[in-house]
Parts: sequence; C-alpha cells; structure tokens
Amino acid sequence: MAVTEVGTDAPGGEARKAKQPKPAPLLAADGTPLRKKLRQALMLSRMRAFALVAPLLLFILIAFVIPIFAFMVQGFYDNEYAKFMPRSTEALADWDGESEPTEEMYAAMVADLVAARDHPDRPIGRVATRVNRELSGTRSLFTSTARKAARMEAPFKDAMIKADKDWADIETWQAVKVASTAWTPAYYAASLDFKYTATGDIVRQSEDRRIHVTLFLRTLEIAFTVTVLTILLGYPVAWLMANLPLRTSNLLLILVLLPFWTSILVRTTAWIAMLQGQGVLNDVADWSGINSMIVWAELRFAELGDMLWPSVWQEIANRFDVNLAYDRLALASLCANDVNQVLNQGQGALDGLAQRAAADLTDCATEMLAIYNANGVEAAVAKARELKADAGFAGYGDERFSMIYNKTGTLIAMTHILLPFMVLPLYSVMKTIKPSYLRAAKSLGATNWVAFWRVYFPQSVPGIGAGALLVFILAIGYYITPALVGGQDGQMISNFIDFHMRRSLNWPLAAAMGGVLLIFVLFFYWLYDRIVGIDNMKLG
Amino acid sequence: MQASDGNPFVAFERVQKSYDGETLVVKDLNLSIGKGEFLTMLGPSGSGKTTCLMMLAGFETATHGEIRLAGKPINSVPPHKRGIGMVFQNYALFPHMTVAENLAFPLQVRKMPKADIEAKVAKALGMVQMGAFGGRRPAQLSGGQQQRIALARALVFDPELVLMDEPLGALDKQLREHMQYEIKHIHESLGVTVVYVTHDQSEALTMSDRIAVFNDGVIQQLAPPADLYERPENAFVAQFIGENNKLSGKVEEITDGVAEVVLDDGERVSALAVNVEGPGSRTLLSVRPERVVINPDEARIAHTLDGHVRELIYLGDHIRCRMAVAGNDEFIVKVPNAAGQKHLAVDSHVRVGWETEDCRALDAA
Amino acid sequence: MKLKHILIGAVSAATLSSAALAEGQLTVVSWGGAYTKSQVEAYHKPFIAETGVQIISEDYNGGLAEVKAQVEAGNVTWDIVDVELSDAVRGCDEGLFEPLDLSMLPAGADGTPAEEDFIEGTLHECAVANIVWSTIFAYDTTVLAEGPTTIEDFFDLEKFPGKRGMRKSPKANLEMALIADGVDPAEVYDVLATEEGIARAFAKLDTIKDQIVWWEAGAQPPQLLADGEVVMTTAYNGRVFNAFAAEGKPFKIVWDGQIWDLDLWAIPKGAPNAELAKQFLVFSTETEQLAAQASWISYGPARKSSAALVSHYTDRPDLPMAEHMPTAPENFTRALQNDFEFWADRQDELNEVFNAWLAQ
Repeated sequence: MAVTEVGTDAPGGEARKAKQPKPAPLLAADGTPLRKKLRQALMLSRMRAFALVAPLLLFILIAFVIPIFAFMVQGFYDNEYAKFMPRSTEALADWDGESEPTEEMYAAMVADLVAARDHPDRPIGRVATRVNRELSGTRSLFTSTARKAARMEAPFKDAMIKADKDWADIETWQAVKVASTAWTPAYYAASLDFKYTATGDIVRQSEDRRIHVTLFLRTLEIAFTVTVLTILLGYPVAWLMANLPLRTSNLLLILVLLPFWTSILVRTTAWIAMLQGQGVLNDVADWSGINSMIVWAELRFAELGDMLWPSVWQEIANRFDVNLAYDRLALASLCANDVNQVLNQGQGALDGLAQRAAADLTDCATEMLAIYNANGVEAAVAKARELKADAGFAGYGDERFSMIYNKTGTLIAMTHILLPFMVLPLYSVMKTIKPSYLRAAKSLGATNWVAFWRVYFPQSVPGIGAGALLVFILAIGYYITPALVGGQDGQMISNFIDFHMRRSLNWPLAAAMGGVLLIFVLFFYWLYDRIVGIDNMKLG
Repeated sequence: MQASDGNPFVAFERVQKSYDGETLVVKDLNLSIGKGEFLTMLGPSGSGKTTCLMMLAGFETATHGEIRLAGKPINSVPPHKRGIGMVFQNYALFPHMTVAENLAFPLQVRKMPKADIEAKVAKALGMVQMGAFGGRRPAQLSGGQQQRIALARALVFDPELVLMDEPLGALDKQLREHMQYEIKHIHESLGVTVVYVTHDQSEALTMSDRIAVFNDGVIQQLAPPADLYERPENAFVAQFIGENNKLSGKVEEITDGVAEVVLDDGERVSALAVNVEGPGSRTLLSVRPERVVINPDEARIAHTLDGHVRELIYLGDHIRCRMAVAGNDEFIVKVPNAAGQKHLAVDSHVRVGWETEDCRALDAA
Repeated sequence: MKLKHILIGAVSAATLSSAALAEGQLTVVSWGGAYTKSQVEAYHKPFIAETGVQIISEDYNGGLAEVKAQVEAGNVTWDIVDVELSDAVRGCDEGLFEPLDLSMLPAGADGTPAEEDFIEGTLHECAVANIVWSTIFAYDTTVLAEGPTTIEDFFDLEKFPGKRGMRKSPKANLEMALIADGVDPAEVYDVLATEEGIARAFAKLDTIKDQIVWWEAGAQPPQLLADGEVVMTTAYNGRVFNAFAAEGKPFKIVWDGQIWDLDLWAIPKGAPNAELAKQFLVFSTETEQLAAQASWISYGPARKSSAALVSHYTDRPDLPMAEHMPTAPENFTRALQNDFEFWADRQDELNEVFNAWLAQ
C-alpha cells in the first residue's frame, strides 16, 4: 500500500508544493516583517540577560574550564625532553627501539648534552628528571655525562660508553626514546599501571609497582561506602526534620549545619582525638568495660565459628582481617594485666604478686613468681616478655580498637563530614511530600511499612539521588581527611595526585590521574542519568 | 435514611478530643450515622468537624469516649485495618504512580489477584468516566479529573464507609457544583455511607441526607437540609445557614408556643418560641429575607414595622433591598421581580411584616 | 603560624611604611615550629637589628613544588628557602635556584677559610648549608622503663611490642631497615641499588608493617609519642629535643642508626630581593649565628668553628647542647649520611614501590 501511495502521490505532491505560493510574511504595524521585529524586541532583553551572566561565564571559563583543559592536555603532552634536546629527539625518531643504537644517535646526544649544559636555564636537570621517570637511575647518568660531554671527541659512541657503561645499555636508549616523544600516552598508561615502551607497545607495569588501579578501586569503594552510610544515617534525620514541628526541626537543622560551618581540618582533627588508641571513645570503652566485652564476644564468636564451620570461618577471618588469636583466651585480661605490670614495674610488681593468696593468682602470675623465687627479677621479667610474645597479645594498646589511621577512620570521618550534603537535599525533598500521602496510603489499607516503602520512599528518591550524587562525587575526590586519618589503607587517589603535585613533581602523571578521575566522575554522572534521570534530581 | 437508633452504622459516644490537655477541640460529641446515609459535618474552620473525621479515619485518637463502626469499637484499630475509604482535600493522589496504579494500590495491599485488580480498576474508572486515563500521571490531569480519580480510588476497594474532607475545596465554582451532583449520584447508586466535611453550606444543603452543624466543638443542630434552613434551633445555625435577619428584643409572654416580643426600639412583634427560656428573657428573632412582605395586608399580619430603604441591588430574578428596621441597619429583604410588583425607591419608607411562623425567637447568644 | 607571621610582617610593614620600604623586605621560608623559631632568634632578629630590613617568615612542608610553581609562573614571592640537600641539588639542576658565588662566604671566627670551615659536602653550587639534622628514633621513658638502645630494637616486636611511628616515605626508612638487618652503614646505598637490596629492606619493614603509624609532618611524631599512640617513633632529632627540653616531655633519643642530612639555604631563581637574600644567607651562615641557633635547637652547625661556641640550651643553663647534636662523637657511631644522588636517581621508582607496598 505504501508503495502505491508513493508511486502515485509523490510526483503530484511535489508539483503541488512547487506551485503553492509562499505566504506573504506578516508585517508589524510599522511595515517591517513581524518575525524580524520580534527578533529585535527579544534581542535587547537577551543581551541584557547575557550581560548579567557574562562575568560568571568568563570567570568559569578562565578559572575552571581552561585550567582543566590545560591540565588534561598536560597528561598527554610533555616536551621537557624534546624542547631542550632537539638533535637527539630527531635522531631517535627514526630508531625502531630494538636495534643497536647508532653512532648518529650518540653524536646527537653529545651535542644536545653540551648545548643543554651551556643553556642559561640549565635544563639538564629537567631533561634528566624526564628520562629518569622512564628508567630509574638515569638521572645521574645524564647529569654526570653532561659534565664530561664538552670534552668528548668522535667516535662518540665509545666516548660515551667510556664515560658511563650504561650508555651501552639499550634500555637507556629506549627510555630516552619514550621521553623524547612529546605527545605521549605514557602518563595515562602509567596512571592505570601500564607502561608505554619504546616500541610503541603498552604493557602491564611490573607487579611490585602496580598501585594506581588498586587505588582507584579503593577510592570507588570508599566513596560508595560513604554514600551508602550517609543515606542510612541521613535519611532518618532528614525525615525527622521534615516531620517534626518547626521549632524542633529548626534545632535539628542547626545541629546538622553547625559542623558544616566548622573547618574540615578542625572536624577531622576532632575525630583523631575521638578515635585514636588513647582517644575518648577508646577511653570510654575501656573504662566501661565495653572493650573487654567486645573482645570476649569476638572470641566466643570466633570459637563458635571455628567449631561449626572451620573452613568458612577461616575464609571470613582472612577476608575481614579479623585478628583473633585463640591464645588470647588463655591470657585473658587478668593474666595480661599481671604480665604488663611485671614488665613495666619489675620487682615491685613481683613483690606485689607474692603477697597475694595462691588461689587468687593467675596462671601467668604463678609462672612468673616461680621463676622470680628461683632465679630473680631479671629472669622473671624475661619470662613475662616470653609470655607476652607467646600469647600473641601485642600488649600495648592492643586491647583498644584501631579506629583511626586506617580505612575505618577514613570512613567514619568522611561520613560525618559529608553527611550534611545528604541530609539537606533529602530534607528539602521530604519537606515537599505532604503527610496526606501517608494518610491516604494507610486509609487505603497499607500498613505503616508498606505506606512508607511504596508511597513515601519513591517520592523521596529524587532527594536520595541528588544527595548520593553530591556525596559520591565529593567523596571520590576527597583529600584532606584521608591524608590525615587514612594511615596506609585509607588513602585515596587524590592523595597520590597531591603526592605527585607536591612531592615528586611529576605533574603530567598527576594530570593523567586527575583526568582518569574526571572520566570516572563523568561516567557515574552518565550512569546516574541513565538509571535515575538527571532531571529527577532535586536539591530543593 | 434516618439513623436507626437501635443499631447505627457509625456511632460517636461522648467523644472528647484535646490536643494540648488544656482546651477541648471536640466537646462531648454524640452522633449516630445510619447505613447508607450521606451525612455532612458543616461548620466554620476550627469548629472540630475535621478532627471528628480524622478520629473516625483513625489518624487522631479520641481523648475520651468511644467510636463504633458497625457495632464494634474502633478506637484502637489502626487506620489501615478500618476499611474506610477517604478522599482528601488535596486529593493525595500518589504522584509517582499512574492513575491505574493509584487505583490498584488498595487492591494490591489487600493481595487481590491481578486479574481481579484490573477488572475492578477498569470498573472504577468507568464509574467516574475516566476510563481512558488509566496510563496518565496525576500531574497530567486537571483538578476535576484528579478529584474523580481520588473518588474512584476511595471507592475501588468497596468500603462501606467513605470519608470526604472538603474534597471540592480546590475546584472552581462551576466544576464544584457539577461534582456535587456527581458525588451525589454515585452515593445513590452504590448505597455507600458517606461522611462529608465542608464549610460550604450550599454544598452541604445540596448533597446531604442530614447535616451536623459544628461550632466550638459541639454539634449545634443535626437535621435534614430543609429543617436546618427552615427551622434553625439556635441563633448560630440561623446565622450560619442561609441569609438571615436578626432583631433583638425581650420576651414578654408566651402563649401556645408563640412569644410576644418587645424589640429594643419598643415595637412589638410575635414569633414562634423556639429557643427561649420564658417571659423576661432576651431573645434574637430570626427572619429569612425572602419571607419578609412589603406593605403587607394588615388584616392578615398582626404587626408591621416601618422600613427605611437604604439601598437597592438589582439581581435579575429578584431585587435585594437593604433597609433599616427596628434599629437594624442591615435588614435585607428579597423582593421578587414579579409582574405587578411595586418598585421601591431609595430613602422611601415602607411597611414590612411577616407571618408569625416565619419569625423564630431564638437564644440571644 | 604562617598567617601570624605574614600578619606581623604586614602590620610592621604598614606602620613603618616608608622607612621599612626604603630598607627593603625579605621573605624567608622555612619548616615552621621550633625550627623556624630557632632561626628567627639566631638569624632574623640580629639581621633586622643590623640592617633594618623587614623579614616576613613563611612556613612550608618541604619539597620543590611551590618553588617550581613560582619559578615557572614567573611570579616568585619567596626570597630564600630552607631546603633539604636532595631538593637543593635537584632544584639547582633544574634551574630553580640561583647559582651562588661561594667566595662571598667569610672566613670562620677563628680565621679558617670558609671552604675549609664548612663541613665537607655542605657547600653546593646553589645552596649553603646551615645545619646538620638527623632522622633518629625516640621513645617515652615512662612507658618503656628499659628502653631500646639500637636500631635493631626498633624492628624487634617481641622485645618491644607496640606501635611504631614512621615517616610516610621510603627515605630513611629503607636505610634504617637495612642497617637493622645487619648491613654496614657504609654499604647501605650499594645494597639498596639492587633489586635484592630493595626486597630485603621491604622484607624487614614487613616484619613491623602491621604496627606502623605513618606520619607526614615533622610535628606529628612527638605528638604521637605524647598521646601514647606509639611506643617509639622515627623523628627529626630537633623536634624530639624540643619536646624534651622546652616542654619537659620524658622522651629519649636513640642515636644508633641515625640517618643524617643537611638543610641548606637556597635562593629561588628570580627572587624579588635576591641581593638582600644573599646578604641574609651570608649573615646567617657566619660562625656566631650558626652557633646561636644551636642553643635553640639541637641541630649541628654546618661550620666547624661554631662548635666551640655552642654552649647550653637557651632556657636551661643546666642543659649543655653538645651531647644532643647529631654530630657528637658518641651519637655518631653508626650513622649514615643521606645520599642525595641516590635519592635523586631512585626516588620515583622507590616511591612507587613503597606506595604499592603500603597498599598491599
């Protein structure tokens, strides 16, 4: 049917269209075409609106877009070598990266080294640094050879190898070739634990130097965990704020905002005081006995786990790094206490133990006393040390929980600091959900839970989405808090970007890592848009 | 459809409600509602009518007293187990669900089979003539359409009792009047019991079998619409329902239910003694504007008073005349725009009078 | 601290405006805390008294990042910076620092010519050393009555259970690990230049890895000790001395296996007041000034002639400084100088390996 329609209709249709006169344009009262007049009228207001936003636009462009662009480019472009060593750059451009280095390459290198040393900016250090990033140890090779280069004579190959035998090593030349490429994927490859070679391949970095992928994954894991924690903690708070009478909810709002107005540094430091081994929380736990209760429960749990499902328990213990030694049971608190006293006070403690009734003595005390009576203080203290080592309880601070200088610390502090970013969007969305929806749901027969889950919760999802996106993106680039409380397993990728910015001065690598991070953020933004829809996001 | 006192469907017994423990919002409420009845709770805002409705729905608990539904006390039954349909002032349609999903919701929580749900939803949508709108979101509907959906949702699970909390308050006048008839018709065809809350007296008069007029936490009068208008039992009801002229005075004597009243300016009139204590007590006379006769036949009407015409408003079917009568400057008379009716002039003096049974002597509140 | 310095500088500059500007001003950048204080007392104050120049004292955390940023942006605000040796060499090679004419340094107070008076290796193309400092480890004597005495003890969890503080950097840690593992200090860098040597150092660190609390700023380790967070920690000797001498903390330094290093003055290329900075550099590295600094903090003066003038801690005449110096003979038995050449060559690689090891 469609075919016949086209066949019969199309030519006629075109003919009709061609014949049809174009309608005369509508004219405004003064005779100009209406369309043009409208454009003129709108132009003025448009320009006025643009003038209002122009300063911000300009500011964003200069302070945000251009630097980000420039920085991302820096991850691809590094001409530190090519700029100052043009001859060898040219000579190496045609080299295949595998065959024996030629005399021309050596000659060009010597000429470049001489020129670089005479250059007023003294770029030899920068050149050496660049090559050193590709092959460790070449820095001094360059600086020392440069000092001798002026006195070298042809044949340059022999002269250079005589100056340092590393010049005979093809690895050196391969590193130079990689460094001499100005537009290079080397840094982006390095930021993902790959290595760009002289032959143009990209291969995995050797195992003991792979670090970035682990860090990116950990960063994502921490950001995700923090997001989930802020939802779990923030949702009830936001709900209370949205549903309590105004006075109470205002008070809550202030409580939520108050930490928000305090410097991140102060808040993080406060967490250090709270969580550290000798900190407030541990002191309270220690004083109230919660500490030993938890340790006791931990041990019983481990015992039970081991009894019922030995293999499963082992797996759990390994995975979660549950540091539970059974022998600790043998040396439960009392015993440990005696040992510690002897270790710290020596004879005094032993004399104290000697005055106790035999029935009141712990096993450890009995053992130590026996040795004290037989062989004196020194031997008894040695025994105490032995007991302590045998028992596997690492003595000092071990009965206290490690809540800081590790991932736990990072999670706790970041969750606290980012909580307002979850509570505020949630609150502003929940504020708009009328209580009559819940009442309607209940009147229609829904239990409290069903009414919440099917009616209230879906309507609060835009708030969760906005809060989650906000918290996640902030968390993924978090830096100060993990730097202060992260210890060794609570560090995030930003800390390494910082390290390369401030310490190793490897700015291109920092730029590449930042670029990868930015791509991550954009990816998650896109994912969010696909799943939730960005126009579903409500900040208020 | 009067409540059968022996076994009312809904009963409030000595119900009291206080929010702050100091003042009572509902004072000693007794009310029986029969099965299938359309009862309206009418009153100004703050009169306690909505609180009563919320106690019935289960969203507020009574401070004292008992509420029974079909003979069983429901004070401690949670709202979702009461099986009462409810229509809210702002519809409360779930914005994240389609119309059909909104209607299916009460059926789903009752774990009804899917096929039955679809059938019932379709039927309910047909009932409110919204069959084509099942796939839309509430935000895509007009106010009137949303109202119909809210109504359908409250009815779709076949509740025996439906509560409506000022459901038409957000609609414009024309739509509101249209919806009043529609609700009325649905009520008649389903035979469901309806408790309806409004502050709009014309709405109440149009739809209800009986109206409970609330003021100050107390039911002032519970009666069918006609009774309420024709025979208000106290000054509040007379004033609240329809237009009313009041004249204050003092009862001189009561004979056979007719009181002789001396008005404050000395004129004497007679009125039905509805709510007066006896000779010597103060009273407020209530006369409806349309019952006042201008220049009446003196032989039929015992007492006539002087009326000084202050203002005339032409309203097509009648003329509204404001005059000063017995010291009341706001005395309104509706003069029918009938053939042969004499035209009045501003500032002229006329005689006004009324039948004794049209004038009710009420409490002086 | 930093802000305060700037404020003081700004306020004094404002009040003394014309006179001060005529005399010029100088931005001196150092590491903050007790160390900067010792410099203010020993260098800045006498220099101001002599020349009338205003000195703005700023703090930083080491590294070349700020200098590099300033020089490359062509907007240098720092006049003179206190840097570590490896940074001085690297900065010099990369053209970040002004080359210096070392003949401007005067002879020592006892008449020894400058190039002989300065300890060997403390004069450099672009930088002149002022002090010798050291990375050591320390413990709290109230916690450990019978404390550790050797670097081996630091790695011995059986003998001394408990947490250790260490700087979050491979520098000094790898050297200490090797010394503790039995390597002669003289051979440490040769061993570390091999794959096996690196593996050996990390294997030693592995034995205490679970117990390590990492620190980054020099002010942290005394705090960790004071809080009882660690039983012993590596630290800069001056920081521990200060906690002990000025704050009365019961800390004790173990000198065995110390890794000593230099701090030097260097002038960023394009410094706004380069001439004044040179004047300040020469002044502050004179025998008297170096000796004066040693009475404020226990870092060894870079001039031999200063040693004779070092007496006691400023606030405590009962506390002779000599024995608290890294260079004191009894402290110097198993000491190792940080090899800047090695670290300049290897730090990128070793940092990566270190970080990968940390993340394991």
